[in-house]
Amino acid sequence: MTQATVTKSEAERQIADAWTGVKDRLPGAAPLTARREAAFKKFEAAGLPNRRVEEWKYTDLRALMRDAKPLAQPPGEIGRVRARAAGAILSGVDLRRVVVADGVLLKDVSDLGGLEPGLTIGSLADALTQGDAEVMGRLGAQSPAEKDVAFALNTAFMGDGAVIRVAPGVKIARPIHLVFCFTGPVPAAVFTRSLVSVGAGAAVTVVESHEGPDGLDYQVNTALEIVAGDGAEIDHVKIGTEGAAALHVSTLTAALGRNVQFRDLNFTIGGAAVRNQIFARCDGAGSTLSLDGATLLKGRQHADATLVVDHAIGGCKSREIYKGVLEGESRSVFQGKTIVRPDAQKTDGKMASHALLLSETAEADHKPELEIFADDVVCGHGATAGALDEDLRFYLMARGIPKKQAETLLIQSFVGEAIDVVANEGVRDALTAAVMRWLEARE
Amino acid sequence: MSLLEIKNLQASVADRQILRGVDLVVNPGEVHAIMGPNGSGKSTLAHVLSGKSGYEVTGGTVTLDGIDLLALEPDERAARGLFLAFQYPMEIPGVATMTFLRTAMNAQRKKRGEPELSTPEFMKRVREEAKKLSIDPEMLKRPVNVGFSGGEKKRNEVLQMALLAPKLAVLDETDSGLDIDALKIAAEGVNRLRSPERGMIVITHYQRLLDHIIPDIVHVFSRGRIVRTGGKELALELEERGYADYEQEAAA
Repeated sequence: MTQATVTKSEAERQIADAWTGVKDRLPGAAPLTARREAAFKKFEAAGLPNRRVEEWKYTDLRALMRDAKPLAQPPGEIGRVRARAAGAILSGVDLRRVVVADGVLLKDVSDLGGLEPGLTIGSLADALTQGDAEVMGRLGAQSPAEKDVAFALNTAFMGDGAVIRVAPGVKIARPIHLVFCFTGPVPAAVFTRSLVSVGAGAAVTVVESHEGPDGLDYQVNTALEIVAGDGAEIDHVKIGTEGAAALHVSTLTAALGRNVQFRDLNFTIGGAAVRNQIFARCDGAGSTLSLDGATLLKGRQHADATLVVDHAIGGCKSREIYKGVLEGESRSVFQGKTIVRPDAQKTDGKMASHALLLSETAEADHKPELEIFADDVVCGHGATAGALDEDLRFYLMARGIPKKQAETLLIQSFVGEAIDVVANEGVRDALTAAVMRWLEARE
Repeated sequence: MSLLEIKNLQASVADRQILRGVDLVVNPGEVHAIMGPNGSGKSTLAHVLSGKSGYEVTGGTVTLDGIDLLALEPDERAARGLFLAFQYPMEIPGVATMTFLRTAMNAQRKKRGEPELSTPEFMKRVREEAKKLSIDPEMLKRPVNVGFSGGEKKRNEVLQMALLAPKLAVLDETDSGLDIDALKIAAEGVNRLRSPERGMIVITHYQRLLDHIIPDIVHVFSRGRIVRTGGKELALELEERGYADYEQEAAA
């Protein structure tokens, strides 16, 4: 038997060096140290995800990462000023801001006063340092993303992030806005990890936004774990507006109890190369989850949405609608996998991905996968990629609407189907406005 | 000056000639019917007039109020007062009918240098016209033509025509796919829009639409051109004898 010799890439060597330098300084004591060590070993054995790994086939992280940036330093004065101004895409919307800049939760910049009874918001670094039993128990334990190497890297290096807890039965009306920003001044790597734990019958809306300067090729590996108790109702929106040269890898995990309502929208317009992976698992019957996406890309942007919905238990419903609008030489990837376990009868799963190609050189890759091991289920998927419908455009123009305005109207309605699922009106309007700005900036 | 003047219009699709020298003059206040067999080029004429892509004009001229129509984009033609009622109105998911109507009206007004309509003014006009056509206001909140019946789609076309108040309306097979009741409602809507300033071209295969929209002048269209012109009685004659005579004549 021959052992394949894998030559480590420059970035892989730099990550290993960073690990050696930083592992003793990362927050958390004994049980966590072992978990970090195990996670790093997973990375060491597999290397950076690359095109030979089926799940990463279209987003070769090994090739995309020519080098690994040094770990970010906590923000200085200028960084704090920038952090205060971050998240402006949602300005005017009534939200509770929690700011994480350069990988550090900034309490003085966050809006942590007057928390609703039953809501607690803290820093992950604090929880790890104090050995918070609940956080230690939940973090990455039996995670639906367990096998993923990018997620393992996050577990190894995670420094800070937000820990949000909603007590059973508590309904939080005011959305929580996790403002993630990279402030510079030099390119660096950021690893953030957040946990949202929602008790039985509780309700919360969590919006996260990510941003940074256009001119820096910084690197973000961010993860958010959601644990939902029975009957919980959770809205989650992720707004990706990273800087033009940024590499952004994000993992969202959701472990859902019984009768949970989980709605997720993934809105991506920024970043040079973006990977959004979602691992959702139904652990109890009667839950409904909808995962939607709206991606608008131009230039040479690359955005990958990889979804795994695991119906571990029957009687749940999953819906996925992903819309991509592609200009220039941009590329979108949609990989959607629905797993129906042997006993997960009465599963109802539907998935659709649609790409609108506005140029001859844009590319959309769709890879729907159904792995069904039960026999009494309804599952389906559909995928389309095409140009704007000329007949529709003509119809609008024949009514006096100029060409660009007609196209804007059609693209807006195409993307609108995904954005309309956001229940919070302010957030929905802000995203619609962001789409309008993107469309108006078109040539 | 005549409203519309078509002189020796020739057009082809993918190198196949469809229009072979169309001559037609429409004066303000006149309703012209163009009748002809399937495949004679009637709808092509409507599409070429409105500027749909995919057609190549190989000869001739078209003027509306003395302006060269063929040099304009479809939206500019609309703003100049041309309206095409589609044979198959498009469904536009995600665009509410109200938004569509308002965008179209304001785009045309802007191009003509007129101020945009205020919301109350716009709503008032839409409600009035919708009522005349028995269109449920709830329907206007739905995406354009999505889930509309054939009759509802055609009534929506007439509603757009009423709101946009064109100088020249071209109705392409407005009767197709309609039962007699739906046809009557659509025809009544069109008749209300007849005026001394407005010209209309009603394109149809069958005479029955012309029982409800009585034309001033009837043209027989065959193999890409007008082969006969007469009064409204010509339509009845066609109903009786069919198009066979004209097809042979045009081929000869």
